[in-house]
Amino acid sequence: MSNMELVKMIDLSRCTACRGCQVACKQWNELPASKTKNWGSYQNPADLEWNTWTLIRFQEYVDAKGRFKWLFRKDGCMHCTDAACVKVCPTQALYHTEFGTVAFDPERCIGCKDCIPACPFNIPRFNEQTKKIGKCDLCLSRLRANKPPACVLSCPTGALSIGPKAEMIEKAYKRAKALGEGASVYGDKFVGGTHVIYVLPEPVSAYPGLPENPSVPLPIILWKDVLKPASVIAGGGVLAAAFLHYILHGPKRPVEDTQEGGSEI
Amino acid sequence: MTNHYIDLKNSDCILIMGSNAAEHHPIAFKWILRARDERKATLIHVDPRYTRTTARCDYHVPLRSGTDIALLGGMIKYILDNNLIQEEYVKHYTNATFIVNANFKSEDGLFSGFDAEKKKYDKSTWTFEKDETGIPKRDLTLQHPNCVYQLLKQHYARYTIEKVSAITGVPADLIERVYKDYASTGTKDRAGTICYALGWTHHTVGSQNIRAMSIIQLLLGNIGVCGGGVNALRGEPNVQGSTDHAILYNILPGYLKMPTAPIQTLAEYNEKYTTKTNDPQSANWYQNYPKYSVSFLKALFGEAAQPENDFGYSWLPKIEDGKAYSLMHLFDEMYKGNIKGMFCYGSNPACSAPNSTKVRAALQRLKWMVNVNIFDNETASFWKGPGVDSKQVETEVFLLPAASSLEKAGSQSNSGRWVQWKNKIANPPGDALSDGDIVMRIMDEVRALYAAEGGVCPEPILNLKWDYRDAKGNFDFLKTAKQINGYYLKDNETAKKGDLVPSFALLAADGSTACGNWLMAGSFTQKGENKMAARGLDDPTGLGLYPNWSYAWPLNRRIIYNRASCDLNGKPFNPKMKLLEWTGEKWVGDVPDGPWPPVSDKKAGKYPFIMKPDGVASIFGPGMAEGPFPEHYEPMEGPLNKNLLSGQLTNPMVSVFKTELDKFANADTKFPYVCTSYSCTEHWCSGALTRWQSWLTEMQPEAYIEIGEKLAAELGIKNGEKVRVDSVRGAVKCVAMVTKRFQPFTINGKVIHQVGLPFNYGWLFPKDSGDSANFLTAAVGCPNTFCPEYKAFMVNVSKL
Repeated sequence: MSNMELVKMIDLSRCTACRGCQVACKQWNELPASKTKNWGSYQNPADLEWNTWTLIRFQEYVDAKGRFKWLFRKDGCMHCTDAACVKVCPTQALYHTEFGTVAFDPERCIGCKDCIPACPFNIPRFNEQTKKIGKCDLCLSRLRANKPPACVLSCPTGALSIGPKAEMIEKAYKRAKALGEGASVYGDKFVGGTHVIYVLPEPVSAYPGLPENPSVPLPIILWKDVLKPASVIAGGGVLAAAFLHYILHGPKRPVEDTQEGGSEI
Repeated sequence: MTNHYIDLKNSDCILIMGSNAAEHHPIAFKWILRARDERKATLIHVDPRYTRTTARCDYHVPLRSGTDIALLGGMIKYILDNNLIQEEYVKHYTNATFIVNANFKSEDGLFSGFDAEKKKYDKSTWTFEKDETGIPKRDLTLQHPNCVYQLLKQHYARYTIEKVSAITGVPADLIERVYKDYASTGTKDRAGTICYALGWTHHTVGSQNIRAMSIIQLLLGNIGVCGGGVNALRGEPNVQGSTDHAILYNILPGYLKMPTAPIQTLAEYNEKYTTKTNDPQSANWYQNYPKYSVSFLKALFGEAAQPENDFGYSWLPKIEDGKAYSLMHLFDEMYKGNIKGMFCYGSNPACSAPNSTKVRAALQRLKWMVNVNIFDNETASFWKGPGVDSKQVETEVFLLPAASSLEKAGSQSNSGRWVQWKNKIANPPGDALSDGDIVMRIMDEVRALYAAEGGVCPEPILNLKWDYRDAKGNFDFLKTAKQINGYYLKDNETAKKGDLVPSFALLAADGSTACGNWLMAGSFTQKGENKMAARGLDDPTGLGLYPNWSYAWPLNRRIIYNRASCDLNGKPFNPKMKLLEWTGEKWVGDVPDGPWPPVSDKKAGKYPFIMKPDGVASIFGPGMAEGPFPEHYEPMEGPLNKNLLSGQLTNPMVSVFKTELDKFANADTKFPYVCTSYSCTEHWCSGALTRWQSWLTEMQPEAYIEIGEKLAAELGIKNGEKVRVDSVRGAVKCVAMVTKRFQPFTINGKVIHQVGLPFNYGWLFPKDSGDSANFLTAAVGCPNTFCPEYKAFMVNVSKL
């Protein structure tokens, strides 16, 4: 797998929400558990956290034909090609790897949190103790050892798989076609193509938190493609970061709707 | 399982009923999904609750807890009414054609011979008519009014779809859809399978739930074939091994019968359990019973077991005839003060046994308890539990630290009977020892005491063959496994003394072989190669049998009764799934159920169901406690005061314990909701292992009850609020999970709500995570197995 653009495919039609992936992620990445309460849902922790990089979301859903369904979605970093987090990160703590994935170097993270509102998928989370963010790096250490990410290894039903980009995209379309009736592939068509793609058995709108048309927020494009070169010339990362911060947290928030809609149970 | 996990991929229709396979057998579910994706198999989930399993099935059939036999009985009727049986199979491989005793009757939910006072059946009419040679009479046209087929038809005539719907709460059209889809596997080119688990066994009709499905499988020709079978998905990696090696009170290893007090000699014992037949075409495998019983005694007592002392038969413990010693019975006796001490290995009955109030009171009456576990648990620490005054408890408790399964070698038998050897991957921490080492050390001391002081009946203890150690004095797993496999005690033409016995067919009743468990004879080669450790990936049939991966008992047979996959001439019914085929000289494919030619060879041929004395499978099953045909009875606690199918409300063979804590509230307005208990993926059993694992408690942190939206609205309960759940026996507090996944049932025209809760929690850890759901359940069980009715009882729910 080395030095090849990789894509992880999440086939939700095969997911049983066993959450083996959620545990395997914590095990490999040595992430501690949080003290949780039962809040009336199987989904726990209730949301992604600095120490929960992947989370199975549970949702009770009634489809257009009135059929009840319990939907499961493995949430986590989508590893965008056109990654807003990488663009905004002033210290290159977030960076693209040789696999096309977005990795994270905690040593370089200065805790500016700019990646958080920048992310169209609402992924990075901030650790108040260490003042650093946390998110999935698709098990970079494992990929470099030619091993699948821990989540993929743990998946008993084949809902998760990883492989060369073109191959996986083809596989995803084949699977969506076989599923028929409203199934689709999600991820290859925006932000330059993500390195995590879904096969969704239901319409995108059925999954709260999954944006229909995710994109890099306009201010970041402005920054990255127009202003950043200028700031580099001006020198001073601090100044640059401050400027970026102004843009991001100005009157118009770049990511307006990252709240979960509907009832998640 | 008659089949095995991988074989699930070969099925055309998978009925998951009494099981939450995706949550409790997540790895196995891979094969179920493969059947769906690659064979277009239909997946049906019958369950009161919509679960993670349902989410991946084609459709959900919500059924009220405890009404499975009504649904299955209706399916039997549907199959017979529409003539959907696999006729050749039914006629030749089952007892459908047998003529039953003319005095046998099935009336109003009872069978002939019932003694209501003693709660006992005189089974003398549950027999077959025999011809002059002593062979059961058959009518191959299935027309004789007293043949099994006709009696079956008569028995289930009452199970109309309307009636089934009124009892189960499943809408009529959905019932018909299930029947149609499943019965479609009665053709020769299709196979259907059943995946069941504790959702079937945890009922007062538990065994008959499985019997009912077995009848369906036989009518459709689905046993012995790829993608078919009757498949119990067992709940722990080694629970199959536990029963194979006699964890239950009523069996010895290899399912040999536990001796009873009236049977005082080996000859009587062997006579009683050695089955007989006059039919030359019946292999009647249990004619070999004495070979297995004697070899077992030789393994147990070694040199001390000799023909002149009945091979030590008299040293075996005997149970009272007709008396049961199940977990529930033990706690009843303990509660009554009749049991002074308890060894409790890898078990947490303070949370897992039914009626926790009674169980925890019973524990206080012990003088001593030895608890062997990986962590502290609610049973070992009962004396400091909620509501217990420690000063009043005199029980002395010893908590011995045990090695986990990964910290010891040994075999693990999965549900598909695959016995897989594993090595130790780490040493146990601190003073922890393997169970084997703990037993050895305790027994050493006991033996020393008996040797020094004599005592009452020292022979069984002192005559034990006691050489299960390695050179360093530790329990030797491999050595023990070899003794379980069995070995020769004398030289013969093909083997030397000390060689391992490579097949149970070679065991002898004269004391020349020793074998700890006849089913395992063959797990080693004669020269001692461990087949359980085999990891070959070859799949010569292409059917996923993987014959060189591990050892499957018996004799590495992957699908039991596999000769029933072929017609009378030994040709596969479904040539596309060629499990076995007779070449004219031998069988090729899976390891056949015996080498004999197929049935059409009238001289040497044998019937396929070799473990049955008649050589055919039992549609009429007189071995069951409550009748040869399964009958729907209501759970001991239910919402109805009348059984819609007969005058018998509950299973007439069930007896209840008599203490003041054994209370029931049937059709009682104080407890209006049907309740069931279960586990969740994230925890295992009472949570005694998993609750200490923070990643798991993070996902399922505390006790909860799942309540349908309509009921929650009626009760003013909001999602995530704390509620109290009461049964007549006890109460628990937990979080309400309000969900669309429980929908109200319409039972006999009335709306009935069902709720459900996991039994994974206990007071000890994590703090404030809730206590056991078994405060609600009743200690009452199936009269065949005494498996408790954890899955159907009545509760009230109130807002806290």
